[in-house]
Amino acid sequence: MSVLASLFCGFVFGCGLIVSGMIQPTKVLGFLDIFGIPSGAWDPSLAVVMAAGLTVAGTGYAVVRRRPPLIEKESLWPTKTDIDSSLLTGALLFGIGWGLVGLCPGPAVVNLATLSLPVIVFVIAMAIGMLAHDLWPARAAGAAPKALVSSTVADG
Amino acid sequence: MANFTPVSAAIGGALIGFSAVLLALFTGHIAGVSGIFAGLVNPQTSDRPWRAAFIAGLIAAPVIVTPVGYAVPVPQMPGSYVTIVIGGLLVGFGTRLGSGCTSGHGICGIARLSPRSIVATFVFMAAAIGVVALTHHVLGG
Repeated sequence: MSVLASLFCGFVFGCGLIVSGMIQPTKVLGFLDIFGIPSGAWDPSLAVVMAAGLTVAGTGYAVVRRRPPLIEKESLWPTKTDIDSSLLTGALLFGIGWGLVGLCPGPAVVNLATLSLPVIVFVIAMAIGMLAHDLWPARAAGAAPKALVSSTVADG
Repeated sequence: MANFTPVSAAIGGALIGFSAVLLALFTGHIAGVSGIFAGLVNPQTSDRPWRAAFIAGLIAAPVIVTPVGYAVPVPQMPGSYVTIVIGGLLVGFGTRLGSGCTSGHGICGIARLSPRSIVATFVFMAAAIGVVALTHHVLGG
């Protein structure tokens, strides 16, 4: 049941990315290019995607988070609250990579379906970057498999 | 603003938010693609089936909607594979170190009113805007 629900949610999420146009890197870069504001070439669509997504998710989460999930035993909401250097450095590195290519993880995965070689190369590089972080000897030794699972669940 | 598509952006954004709420309602998970994908490729993860299912759903979306009229064009990527690989490595490592990406922090985290996610979203947006300004205007790419 959990697998079916996740499959359906992934599908709806992918449809949202397709309908919004966010799977096209040029559309994302058209938002990030703020020099386009004076010339009129700027594309604010991504801001509308976020505003609509936040309205629905914010309202829904407010209702859903007070109850246990329907299928799993417990909710796995992130519990970290501290704004540390890992958060800031990680967000900075992610932002640089996102700005270079115009792809973040969601659209990159959806675009795999086009079998475009540059996308496949991007996703492989992304997976290597993730493994480099998660399997770094010091971190892997410090985190027992169980702790590692919860840390990968608890974030985006 | 010739390229602005507010209606499709609003519908698409609402679908993304709806997916995040459904996933929380049924499984209690956060719809953060970097975290879900990283757990799938990490050999030490034990809860792989739901992750694989969510990723399969993402990839199935274009395959299923294309016949219904939503053509999914081959994405326009940077010409250089060096840029693509560096970008991919940075996105992969950065989203793990910073615990999330556009979906996990930008949508789910801000929707939870998490201060961490609000700060992270501000930082990666600012960094991406800075990089685009540099590559498209200063360096003339």
